[in-house]
Amino acid sequence: MIKVSSSPHVHSRQNTQSIMLFVILALCPSAIWGVFVFGLRALVVLAISIASSVAAEYALNLISKEKTLWDLTAVLTGLLIGMNMSPAVPLGIPVLASVFAIAVVKWTFGGVGCNWMNPALGGRVFVFFSFSSAMSRFVLPSALGNADAVSSATTLSFAKTALSSGEFIGQNSLQILQTQLYPVSRFAESLSNSTGINAYTIDAFFGLQGGCIGEVSALLLILGGLFLIATKVITWHIPVVYAASYALLNWVFGGLPYGTGLFSGLVIDPLLRGGFLLGAIFMATDYVTTPVTRKGQVIFACGCGLFTFILRSFGSLAEGVSLAIIIMNIVTPTIDRYVRPKKFGYVKPVKGGAK
Amino acid sequence: MSRFLTFPRGGVHPGDMKDLSKDSPIKTLETPAELIISMSQHLGAPAVCQKAKGDRVRKGELIATAASFISANIHSPVSGTITDIRPVTLANSVCCDAVFIKPEPAEDDPTFDTKGYASLSGEELLGIIKDQGLVGLGGATFPVNVKLTVPIGKPVDFLVLNGVECEPYLTADYRLMLEHPRAILDGAMIISKIVNPGSIIIGIEANKMDCVAVLEDEIRKAGYPIKVAPLKMKYPQGDEKQLLKAVTGREIPSGKLPIDIGSIVCNVGTVNAIQQAVAFGKPLFERVVTVTGNCVRNPGNFLAPIGTKIRDLIEAAGGLVEEPDKLISGGPMMGFSFWDLDTPITKGTSGILALKYKGRQQRQTHCLHCGKCVAACPIGLEPTMMYNLITSGDYAGAMAHDLMDCKECGSCSFSCPAQLPLVQTFRLGKKMGRAKK
Repeated sequence: MIKVSSSPHVHSRQNTQSIMLFVILALCPSAIWGVFVFGLRALVVLAISIASSVAAEYALNLISKEKTLWDLTAVLTGLLIGMNMSPAVPLGIPVLASVFAIAVVKWTFGGVGCNWMNPALGGRVFVFFSFSSAMSRFVLPSALGNADAVSSATTLSFAKTALSSGEFIGQNSLQILQTQLYPVSRFAESLSNSTGINAYTIDAFFGLQGGCIGEVSALLLILGGLFLIATKVITWHIPVVYAASYALLNWVFGGLPYGTGLFSGLVIDPLLRGGFLLGAIFMATDYVTTPVTRKGQVIFACGCGLFTFILRSFGSLAEGVSLAIIIMNIVTPTIDRYVRPKKFGYVKPVKGGAK
Repeated sequence: MSRFLTFPRGGVHPGDMKDLSKDSPIKTLETPAELIISMSQHLGAPAVCQKAKGDRVRKGELIATAASFISANIHSPVSGTITDIRPVTLANSVCCDAVFIKPEPAEDDPTFDTKGYASLSGEELLGIIKDQGLVGLGGATFPVNVKLTVPIGKPVDFLVLNGVECEPYLTADYRLMLEHPRAILDGAMIISKIVNPGSIIIGIEANKMDCVAVLEDEIRKAGYPIKVAPLKMKYPQGDEKQLLKAVTGREIPSGKLPIDIGSIVCNVGTVNAIQQAVAFGKPLFERVVTVTGNCVRNPGNFLAPIGTKIRDLIEAAGGLVEEPDKLISGGPMMGFSFWDLDTPITKGTSGILALKYKGRQQRQTHCLHCGKCVAACPIGLEPTMMYNLITSGDYAGAMAHDLMDCKECGSCSFSCPAQLPLVQTFRLGKKMGRAKK
């Protein structure tokens, strides 16, 4: 049958489903690494998160009479929530986070494309503040030696706790980790000896640190990001500007909480710790909750960098990425309203009429 | 490579698909059994038919005259008898009167021999162009004599020949540049005599570097002051706004014409037709049409009389291998889809596509707010915003977001992952917005 329709009659290969699939694929290396270093329990957490997220989406499909299961957005939300959980989390928490993300954050506003807050982040923040202690209990990767000795801390919260004791004024976070004997891998130690790069930075880069399942390996997250840029799912603007603005602020002012003065903060190291890369590459680039214009995206990313820096450096919590992105999600509609693209052939209205 | 120019904002990269037909030389179509000459071949008022049913016409004879300033004469491509005059529907869904001609070749058909034109003045040349019914062959079919009538006091700094052909699949202009470079250059010099431009530039995209070489070679031989500007491949570079930005760096202000920034843009096909009209006294009654698509057996380029039924063109290209999903007149980005193979071609038909879509067709989803349409829009509009406003009935709001500046190039719809019918919605919004005003 010959169809008649409005032009254009060809379409790029990208569609909602393929984009979500690519993001899921880009997350996989990091998720698999998480399972590898934290053991099978991590896999259980991931599976439960995805299953409950998809189940919630299905239930809401029944109510709304829409069919959105196959656009894979629910799978992605579930995967992100799972990757944002500690491997030691009680299994009810990811379920609650997923259901909250899908039902409250996403569907109360009308489903995919209509929410104003990143669902995965909304879910994570909700359970984080509801179950703070369970959400802050972490385990170390088995490669860092005696895994039973639960450190109950990521490197970030470890340094933060030590700092708040007031005993380490004048040392930066890496020196605190060292003097407090945070475990370090033998591989990083030997590499550190030969290259001079801090062993904790090396561990964070390759993925041997305490933390959530999906956030530990900076290397694999960056690779995932490069994959998304190469496949034109995202552009470099948000991740790069986010990282640059955060690194800059950290370098200039990051020394203040540690009592080392201006221009003494670490630049690269904080980018590799906690949920920063997972957030910058996969959460802050969420289409629905970020501005549509390039200029708007740059402003959004700068805002994320600023709030991440404030929350991480001066807040009582070690982690600030989720809240920073959510704050900027709130600002997004305003950015979109005022930051408009410059129109082709725009001529400034000349005072006094005709030109 | 830095020597390739392009326009800075927006644009998309659809696969060019020109390999299907680019190596097939222009073949002259055998005169079909019947021609259907529409009275609306051009932008502006339909021409007024000067013949009646049963009249005999000669090849090249005037059969309809321009109805107003923006309109164009129409000539018969063949000698023959008018069998009927009745309304037809064209590929772009316009319904208008058409003259049905049964070709009867005569011994004394005019042969259109070379004429000297060196002594003619600009005004005389413009008169010939008007009489011979020349319109822009790039697709917009704007009457050429109107375009070349430069308002007094407006200098022409640039004459830009449009050899971009950025629409995927189409190769008509490509073949023309390759096979008739001298005619195009001579045509450019004729226009140059009329409008007296500061410089003459031919814009050609990087997928046609062989044309660049051929034209540069021919320019050297002829000693003409013409430059060739190779451009990066990017759709919609063939639009005059984007082409002028790429070639001259100037932007046409919203609602203005190329002449307002001292430029005139002519498609290479048009320039070739101008040369034919002036040097041979040949009216515009035939054009090169690319017949292509994955359903066409032997895709190729044909020199076909205006009014040829699309069925005849497809048969000349070996017929269809399977039933297509879509028949398109023009390119796939801005062309019109139609359903009737007996639809005639007009002066603006640059190509006929018969496409079968491979793979699963994606369903429409909600807008993801991804901003790909904003990044793709060459005009700097916000398609997502305009779409939301129009679908919620706020036409005035969409107009305030410069809906009227949208030229329906399709870059936004092409790149939309949610498969939203953006361009279609904008067409609706423009109509409703105009009606409400």
